[in-house]
Amino acid sequence: MKRVFPIFSILTALLLVYAFYEAIWVAPRERTMGDVQRIFYYHVPSAWTAFLLFFINFVASLQYLVSAKPSTKRAANGILIAIGLVGAIAPFIPMVKQQLPSGMYPSSVATTVLAIVGLYFLIGKWFSGQALDILAVTTAEVGVVFCTVVLVTGPIWARPVWGIWWTWDIRLTTTLVLWLIYVSYLVLRRFSDSSQTPKLAAVLAIFGALDVPLVYFSIWFFRTQHPQPVIGGGGSIDPRMLHVLLINWLAFSCFAFLVCWSRYRLENLRREVEEAEAMASLHGVTQ
Amino acid sequence: MSSLSSITVATLTKDIRLEWRSRDAINAMLFFSLLVVVIFSFSFDPNAEESRQIAGGLIWVAFLFAAVVALNQTWARELRNQVLDAYRVSPAPATALFVAKALGNFILVSLLEALMAPLFMVFYNLRALGPAWQLIPVALLGTWALVVNGTFFAAMSLRTRSREIMLPLLLFPISIPAVQSMVEATRIILSGDGSARFWIVLLLTYDVVFTTACLALFETVLQAE
Repeated sequence: MKRVFPIFSILTALLLVYAFYEAIWVAPRERTMGDVQRIFYYHVPSAWTAFLLFFINFVASLQYLVSAKPSTKRAANGILIAIGLVGAIAPFIPMVKQQLPSGMYPSSVATTVLAIVGLYFLIGKWFSGQALDILAVTTAEVGVVFCTVVLVTGPIWARPVWGIWWTWDIRLTTTLVLWLIYVSYLVLRRFSDSSQTPKLAAVLAIFGALDVPLVYFSIWFFRTQHPQPVIGGGGSIDPRMLHVLLINWLAFSCFAFLVCWSRYRLENLRREVEEAEAMASLHGVTQ
Repeated sequence: MSSLSSITVATLTKDIRLEWRSRDAINAMLFFSLLVVVIFSFSFDPNAEESRQIAGGLIWVAFLFAAVVALNQTWARELRNQVLDAYRVSPAPATALFVAKALGNFILVSLLEALMAPLFMVFYNLRALGPAWQLIPVALLGTWALVVNGTFFAAMSLRTRSREIMLPLLLFPISIPAVQSMVEATRIILSGDGSARFWIVLLLTYDVVFTTACLALFETVLQAE
């Protein structure tokens, strides 16, 4: 494990350099927006990464809460399996199929649902107890950083293209509220120093996850200004641009994974030290 | 079930009696929202048409801030003499305590709204151009949306340092969709352009989702120590 880390760091650094080169020199110049469009190669991958991290945080928090008791764990597993089955079959039923918005294929919906359920079980298998909480801290912190990048690069792009820094559009507002929720999550963790912080933080993460769809619908009612998602949303994109975007996404995902990894190790060590200190003071061998 | 409702009623009556005798929270809230009304009307000085557009926001922001005063006091009383610890070891269901506290806050904040609404009407020359009766479901659902999460987060912030400031930091981000629905519904009803149905349905959804979540997770929060 110790040897993998530096190798992975070097690979990530190389990948980031290559992705930067691709984004700045190789990708074609956008016809109407010009060079400012290149910020898109940072904005979109950061957004995807932030949302993925927040989602992992939610799954880890959920796992942490339900695994406190074997009965709730069994119930949650049952519910998740049911969701997976319904999500995998329902999109192919003709009645449901007609309800899907254009550009959304039944197979992609089914795959997404199965991937979410799979992620839930994988995280439950690989992490348990304290490790789930450490995973939740890590993903929340790194997610807030990436979300901040999204919220900063967005207005820089919007100013020359839309003529305004900010608008209360559906995606912008949802991202901002998500950011606010996770900042309050981190504040809660910082301010509560009891041993029950993990439980309280996990509860807040569940509330945040319930809130996001409601925020989305409340703003969906207004007209939306943000460009349609370029993938799966009916928008079109030059294949060369898509290629650069995907490379950047890969590079940023690796980078996020690397940061999460080291933060995870740090938090793990911090807790070990804390525990050792507590044990030492119990035994009366404090320096 | 009967024990659940009887415990709820007992806790609720106790809280209301305490509040009736001291009138600490309601007086503080009334004076606070009066100050907000006066300061807002100095800062904006709107005419009748403008106030229809902005009053929804002003009213609900004032009530949101005032509600935090009451919510912060909810559990403070139970900390003295270790009442909460006694409750924790007793076999009484945690949800009964939560429902009683949430209902108590609901009554308190509704009372505040009933007293302050006429004052808003007078200061801002408000007259609803849309169906005014719809303001009642908006107010009831909106108040419940604020107090159910507020009571829950107040219980959560008991375990933190500087808990008075912690409550709004936790409550406000989660309340954004509820506040937006209340404000938009009120604005639509007052100015009479369009139907407020979407916002009322959204508020109802918010209430159902978060009431369920609070009831399901309150035991975890209460036992956390």
